[in-house]
Amino acid sequence: MNQPDSKANEEAHWSKTTRLMFTHLGVWLLFGYVVHMFVGPLNKIIIPILDFPLGFYMAAQGSLIVFVVMLFMFARQQDDIDREHGYAEDD
Amino acid sequence: MATNTSGASSDFIKNLGRMYGTYTGGFLAFIVLLAILEMVGVPNKILGYLFVFFTLAVYAIIGVMTRTAEVSEYYVAGRRVPAFYNGMATGADWMSAASFVGMAGTLFLLGYDGLAWVLGWTGGYVLVSVLIGPYLRKFGAYTVPDFMAFRFGGNFARIVAVVVLVACSFTYVTAQIFGTGIIASRFLGMQFEIAVFAGLVGILLCAMLGGMRAVTWTQIAQYIVLIVAYLTPIIILSTKNYGVPIPELTYGKAIAAITAREQEMLATGLATAAGLKPHIQPFINYTPLNFFAIIFCMMVGTASLPHILMRYFTTPSVREARQSVAWSLFFIFLLYFSAPAYAAFSKLEVYTNIIGRDLTAVRPWMFAWGELGLIQVCGKNAASIDAIVAACKAIAGHPGVVRLQDFVINTDVIVLSTPEIAGLPYVISGLVAAGGLAAALSTADGLLLAIANALSHDIYYKMIDPNAPTIRRLMVARVLLVVVAVGAAATAATRPSDILAMVGWAFSLAMAGNFPALVMGIWWKRATSKGAIAGMIAGFGLCIFYLVVTRYFPGMGVKYFGMTSLLNAATGAPLVDIAAAMNLPNAMEAWPTLAHPLANKVGWFNLTNIACGLLGMPLGFAVIYVVSLMDKEPSAEMQAYVDEIRKPRGRTVLEEKT
Repeated sequence: MNQPDSKANEEAHWSKTTRLMFTHLGVWLLFGYVVHMFVGPLNKIIIPILDFPLGFYMAAQGSLIVFVVMLFMFARQQDDIDREHGYAEDD
Repeated sequence: MATNTSGASSDFIKNLGRMYGTYTGGFLAFIVLLAILEMVGVPNKILGYLFVFFTLAVYAIIGVMTRTAEVSEYYVAGRRVPAFYNGMATGADWMSAASFVGMAGTLFLLGYDGLAWVLGWTGGYVLVSVLIGPYLRKFGAYTVPDFMAFRFGGNFARIVAVVVLVACSFTYVTAQIFGTGIIASRFLGMQFEIAVFAGLVGILLCAMLGGMRAVTWTQIAQYIVLIVAYLTPIIILSTKNYGVPIPELTYGKAIAAITAREQEMLATGLATAAGLKPHIQPFINYTPLNFFAIIFCMMVGTASLPHILMRYFTTPSVREARQSVAWSLFFIFLLYFSAPAYAAFSKLEVYTNIIGRDLTAVRPWMFAWGELGLIQVCGKNAASIDAIVAACKAIAGHPGVVRLQDFVINTDVIVLSTPEIAGLPYVISGLVAAGGLAAALSTADGLLLAIANALSHDIYYKMIDPNAPTIRRLMVARVLLVVVAVGAAATAATRPSDILAMVGWAFSLAMAGNFPALVMGIWWKRATSKGAIAGMIAGFGLCIFYLVVTRYFPGMGVKYFGMTSLLNAATGAPLVDIAAAMNLPNAMEAWPTLAHPLANKVGWFNLTNIACGLLGMPLGFAVIYVVSLMDKEPSAEMQAYVDEIRKPRGRTVLEEKT
């Protein structure tokens, strides 16, 4: 168990938090921008049964679903980090 | 006394599920009741009035019931709004008339390119949660300028933050009240200016007595109305046409049909290659640069808008603030991922049942909108069959069937007309109007509260009279709320043009002014007061300069600042002939109308002024970085505070006396 007040614990907590931040910003960048740069080729793929062109689908729904899911994940992951270092609030 | 109120309010929190469940059931029963009234022959106009007045009355009752005389209740709803409900309230706070009425229309007109707005207005919540929101909750401020003032050494930073807040929120709220007026005037047949002030009364009833507390609980009620209203028509339409009640899945078929029909229209001469914009083809309305610039500015703007950030001050804990951001986006997502379905269903209806039809055989739903001038055929209002036949006869060589280029539709009509396209009873149209009104009112409430709180808390209490007693503080807050609201309504009544652009400006201004200082203040301990203030002024200044010059002084922009014409996204040709326009007698005129040939059509790097934040924000970051490094390191005490913000556990950094 970490000492909540120690400088080392504080730094470890913050470096994990920072890493988590960059990971999520990376995913955000990927689904907010990079995927949509390839809309041309992606539109040639048609999703079976639903008939959506994939490029259009990603901008209209795919990326949005990713954003929602990653926010719920982020809330959990950051909470885990806080708990691990003794910085989480009481339940 | 303190124990009394907290005991009563924890009961209140426990019963939220039952209360809002009953409310939703009551609302659905009310719709059924009105449907029965319609069947027994009550006229449409009365039904419309019943809808609007019933919902307004409910919001007002909630507003009055949740009035408060406690400062922390007034500013942050006592910090006990559970994550799930705060998410709903944020959803209503967020989704405005532009989202409810305008977005589907934009997607109808722009096709794929319109999705820039859908993406931009959702992805920003990632930034809110990861970079800013939970940290501000831990800090314990009442307003965003509170944080700036504490972190960046006092009242000068506070004033700059208040200026940014007022600039972006006022631009935004004006657009909302404008939207309220449009809906009220269209459905109740009120005169536009009167409708604007009638909507204003509704807004004030919710917000004035109970501040954040009242706004929170009414926004939840408004979210329920607006989401039911938005989803009902397309769920029915989807079930009717495809047998599956999930429009978000079935509209792929509509898109495939639209694409096939586009080819057919080209082949049969119903559309010209120049006039047709294929629905799924990217980058024909926005250049790739502007497409991604709009996404980026809307996302970063989301994370900088004070009325959104302050919603996360109301949760009981930092943990719940994070969960609440996720719920917010979920509730917003429900509407945004349905908007493209509206656009697709509407477009398919227009392409198959209007375009290519004999003039005497078009579907009659359009004539009601034609009378209002919102649908035109052959350049004239499509008020009746006779009117469009006469209008098209006047065009030489017209084939007698409606061609794509003959048909013009106002984008607001897409959502509002869908119930009629689907052949649904009038009660559904009334429902949609009530939903649009809820969307506009809830956003306006949140914005007005943000402005009034900044003025009453930051300017009056923190700077003018720090010893003011509670009663006077709240009285000042309420008076300022009314003053700002009337000011915004008066501005809206002058009908400033182009709502979507105004909303876009608000985002860019917030982004350029707030984002660098907020992020650096939390994530970089070395950021100093001088650096932050210089960065805010530089970023905000550049953004507003670009906006004002391209909009109001385009001639000077060209002559003195090296601006050039924006380019057409599809062809790459300049939008205006600069040389010719500069030779016109009014070229150097300032504050011209939109009729000025260059207004909104010039700029640097072919960048639309909606995305002016893209210029301001990087400058803000750079200035904060450079000036901070030249400045003395912040005190050890301040750095310890920043550490404190980063740990959810423990007391808030700022302790307000109440």
